[in-house]
Amino acid sequence: MSEQTSNDIAISDEVMIELKGVNKWYGEFHVLKDINLTVRKGERIVICGPSGSGKSTMIRCLNRLEEHQDGQILVAGTELNNDLKNIEFIRREVGMVFQHFNLFPHLTILENCCLAPIWVRKTPRKEAEATAMKYLERVKIPEQAHKYPGQLSGGQQQRVAIARSLCMNPEVMLFDEPTSALDPEMIKEVLDVMIELAQEGMTMLCVTHEMGFAKTVANRVIFMDGGQIIEENEPEEFFHNPQSERTQLFLSQILNH
Amino acid sequence: MIVNDQKLPDLPPPASTTGVVGWLRTNLFSTPFYTLLTLVTLYVLYVTLVPAIQWAFIDADWLGDSRDACTSGGACWVFITARLDQFLYGFYPESEHWRVNTLYLMLVILIGALVWEKTPKKGWIAAFTLIIFPVIAYFLLVGGSFGLEHVETHKWGGLMLTLVLACVGIVASLPFGILLALGRRSHMPVVKSFCTVFIEVWRGVPLITVLFMASVMLPLFVSAEIEFDKLLRALIGITLFQSAYMAEVIRGGLQAIPKGQYEAADALGLSYWKKMGLIILPQALKIMIPGIVNTFIALFKDTSLVLIIGLFDLLAIVQAALADPKWLGYSVEGYVFVAFAFWVFCFGMSRYSQHLERKLHTGHGAR
Repeated sequence: MSEQTSNDIAISDEVMIELKGVNKWYGEFHVLKDINLTVRKGERIVICGPSGSGKSTMIRCLNRLEEHQDGQILVAGTELNNDLKNIEFIRREVGMVFQHFNLFPHLTILENCCLAPIWVRKTPRKEAEATAMKYLERVKIPEQAHKYPGQLSGGQQQRVAIARSLCMNPEVMLFDEPTSALDPEMIKEVLDVMIELAQEGMTMLCVTHEMGFAKTVANRVIFMDGGQIIEENEPEEFFHNPQSERTQLFLSQILNH
Repeated sequence: MIVNDQKLPDLPPPASTTGVVGWLRTNLFSTPFYTLLTLVTLYVLYVTLVPAIQWAFIDADWLGDSRDACTSGGACWVFITARLDQFLYGFYPESEHWRVNTLYLMLVILIGALVWEKTPKKGWIAAFTLIIFPVIAYFLLVGGSFGLEHVETHKWGGLMLTLVLACVGIVASLPFGILLALGRRSHMPVVKSFCTVFIEVWRGVPLITVLFMASVMLPLFVSAEIEFDKLLRALIGITLFQSAYMAEVIRGGLQAIPKGQYEAADALGLSYWKKMGLIILPQALKIMIPGIVNTFIALFKDTSLVLIIGLFDLLAIVQAALADPKWLGYSVEGYVFVAFAFWVFCFGMSRYSQHLERKLHTGHGAR
């Protein structure tokens, strides 16, 4: 099914992320219920659903910002468990972009981008700075390199956050509602960067309500509700022919407003 | 429908709101009530300040070597100048004063270099001040090696002792405080309970008690052969006491850092110590500068409590000098001098902290 994507991006058979029977509770509250998902290298997956449906929790489990209590998560062939080595390995290979950017306000844009390559990957400073400038050019803000995050607009900050993650040369990028905290006029500049990234073949999991983005680049859309994956389909089918009642209701609410 | 295509020109503000007159008008004489307050304040200042200046400067006597030099009726600073050596060096042998002077000079140069904006290689100077300078200070002050005469710590006193207590306390309590604060926020139950108990115990005990314990109780518990230096015991007591306070100040700073900062650092693969050292602590310490300096200032002044265990810091030595029959009746001068000396150091710290805050301000609300 994934070979018939709308924009012909190659997807290999190599499995990048695998969730098997994952369950998670916050105290008594069952947030993730028996999640099974396989993501192959090069796939772009959009996850949507009402708030509280567990979509953010699910992708935050993929780099251990949240801990799952049951089931198995494999990322880039490594199992996420209590072994710190595995967690650190996976975090190096998985980039994450947050709703509130979470740039480091005491460091310049360039330092934000170089920090992890220098301290985690042990890249020499010169090389790390060159890489950082390359990515800052890709997200179209090289001229801001020596400013502090607080001097940038929300859209610019989010593009820096994307560049910062890319500097670690990750295998997978996770996006946790990357445009939800942005003013409407800035959403497009961030989405453009994400679309470009997708077209270059990055494996991406995006929690987002930007259905236009889903239609353009996703090769699968996942709908979650009540901690479960309710429906999973290609975007074309998902939007025009939703199977479950809950999906239909959700789509009617977000598309017809 | 309204369309306004013309751009209005920028006009200067009305003259009555700018300049000296504008400032006076808005700040001192804006309403009849404020005018009254201003006048009353000016009168109070006149009544108190003029006699004070008269006493301290105009009618004061500065030089001489006995009370006979004080004839003008104002302050008798002769008491201070005649005994300045003792106030600065305590009972440190006079032939060895150069050792203390060297350190005073080094300290002034190092702090000057750190405060001055354009000093190159500040990081190295800071490292030197924090790591190598204390070692030099130790060997110079204690002596006993490199051909220097050994000077026992009970001969130390005056400003020099005050500075030793304060500097050691400040330099040692910050790292201990950071470790305790991190420990108290740790997820490891043993570390967490240890740090919590440590902080709560030390914070709940008055410093005087700590000093008494250090000087009177401790020798009872350890065997008679091991003899701890009294000053060393006081230093350990002050450091542990202050690091408990410091820990709570820093914990407040750590809690003020948004969760997103921790998550972003985690997501980039930074280990715990790198996350803390590179991301969290630099931000937390920046917010905490006022609190940290507040603790430092309190510590600086608390050092005068060592007089109750028989160490002669600046206050104690001035007090001792006041008991000298030759100088009876000059306690006002003595205490004003001590107060002024303490104030200079504390005010210096306060100004430097404000300077640091401004310099480190990268502004613009942290997310």
